[in-house]
Amino acid sequence: MLSVSSILGYGFPEASLKAGLARNPHYVGVDGGSTDPGAFYLGSGKCLSAHKAMKRDLRLMLTGAVPQRVPVVIGTCGGAGGEPHLQAVAELARTIAREEGLQFRMALIHAEQEPGKVQSWFDDGKISALRNVPALTTATISRATRIVGMMGAEPFTRALDQGAQVVLAGRASDAASWAGCAIRNGAQAAPSWYAGKMLECGSASATPKGHDCLMATVRGDHVDLEPMNHARKCTPLSVAMHGMHENASPTLHEEPGGLLDATDCTFTTISDHAVRIGGMRWTGRPYDIKLEGAECVGFRVITICGTRDPILIGQLDSYLQTARDDIAARAAGFGVSAEKYQLVFHVYGKDGVMGDAEQVTQIRSHELGIIVEVVSDSEEDAIAVLSIARVVVAKVDFIGRLCKGGNMAFPFSPSDIAVGLTYKFSLFHVVRTDDPYAMFPTEYEEVR
Amino acid sequence: MAKLRDIAKIIKSKNAGPFEITIDIMFETQGLYDKVVASGVINAQLFAKLYDVDVNNVLYTPYPAALAMKGTIPRHISSGDIGDTDVYGAQQHAPMLDVEIPTVYFKKD
Repeated sequence: MLSVSSILGYGFPEASLKAGLARNPHYVGVDGGSTDPGAFYLGSGKCLSAHKAMKRDLRLMLTGAVPQRVPVVIGTCGGAGGEPHLQAVAELARTIAREEGLQFRMALIHAEQEPGKVQSWFDDGKISALRNVPALTTATISRATRIVGMMGAEPFTRALDQGAQVVLAGRASDAASWAGCAIRNGAQAAPSWYAGKMLECGSASATPKGHDCLMATVRGDHVDLEPMNHARKCTPLSVAMHGMHENASPTLHEEPGGLLDATDCTFTTISDHAVRIGGMRWTGRPYDIKLEGAECVGFRVITICGTRDPILIGQLDSYLQTARDDIAARAAGFGVSAEKYQLVFHVYGKDGVMGDAEQVTQIRSHELGIIVEVVSDSEEDAIAVLSIARVVVAKVDFIGRLCKGGNMAFPFSPSDIAVGLTYKFSLFHVVRTDDPYAMFPTEYEEVR
Repeated sequence: MAKLRDIAKIIKSKNAGPFEITIDIMFETQGLYDKVVASGVINAQLFAKLYDVDVNNVLYTPYPAALAMKGTIPRHISSGDIGDTDVYGAQQHAPMLDVEIPTVYFKKD
């Protein structure tokens, strides 16, 4: 199985894809998504990667694999795997087929979940929270802008069994597409899922890391990993290290329908750039599907400014409190009370990176950068409060103030930046099911 | 005392989902790794203290295959929510840099 990159649209060297296809893989694919860039993409329906970048990657995959009759499988299309994301990638595939004269049977596996159904699962006690996630409430479900389910391996296997040559899926476990492919060809579950964990990040398990093509061969009880670009190599250490990536445990990976346990994995060098991994275990468990939901938290407007004034920096906390109070008074004056917005000062040079978790209390910098952020349910209120906040931070008085021209340097005009609607993850829960398919309806179309 | 920043090969942080951050510490050689493990300095309590979280919510796992230790902590503010400072969680490693390992564990070098 050949993975072209870590995310559709992140790119890969064309030569690596050619080298991979020359090995006649059973499948070519790429993972499409991640929760890492935040809930904006799930909430807004926008794709993480630019359409141009996704089209470039997809064109090379389709023009390379389809004539060779190698199925192309893509999980979590468009970054978040909701319906608009899936449709955006499907439309790219149709356009490329038209432009390149390709014909193929395409499966679209949907992952978006109706809030009414989620509510009924909640009412039936089928939903539970993951570690360190707040318990679910009815209000949280009703406020969600979009909810997706994270599919397992089975919907991929079924789509391929139905003759799909191109499988595009909504939200899926990163490893599921690959596991579904390998299991379909008779491979054992443990190495199939392990291969998926490695393939989902392209050649991130190699050294040097990078967005590039990786071949995984699943045979018997083991997996062989080999980068297709010989500037990279997999080593026992690089592979073991990648197992730790973006996962709470270095060894235990919870997947739909089971647990992949890499505790006793062995890593053996089999060539100057390939590694064989064995000893992984798969334990079947009740079928839990993760639900991811995004909730709009309001409209965000920011301004960026900085101070070089040591007198201000020496009394920063009281200066910010004075500014906050003054902003509240002025906003109330035009009818926006303090509970209608949230005001955050991100102070770089103090605790802009770590916030309340920062343990360095002394400011050591001669200058500070500040992002003033206002979020409100009302776009108009957010714009108005940020606008007055910009004036206040520049002009508010403090003890010993000499800089009567203004407290802040603003690098831009206009200085107020409307970021737009912003989202947070509100659902990160699992629903117990006995049917791996029911939440993920699949349609087929003949693309030409 | 030896600071972790002077003896580790990698000290990094990253999201493990939007509600947790995972911090990895990796070493170049088996010898170094074994000595740091033997010091007993790195454990769930250390993560709880450095990041001001309840030790019961820390998942700490040594991982000898990668000469690594991993600690996963809850976020005070979930990724991208209002007030968050680090959407990817990629710059929360710094408190680990200055953790000190008693040099008694390095005397044989």
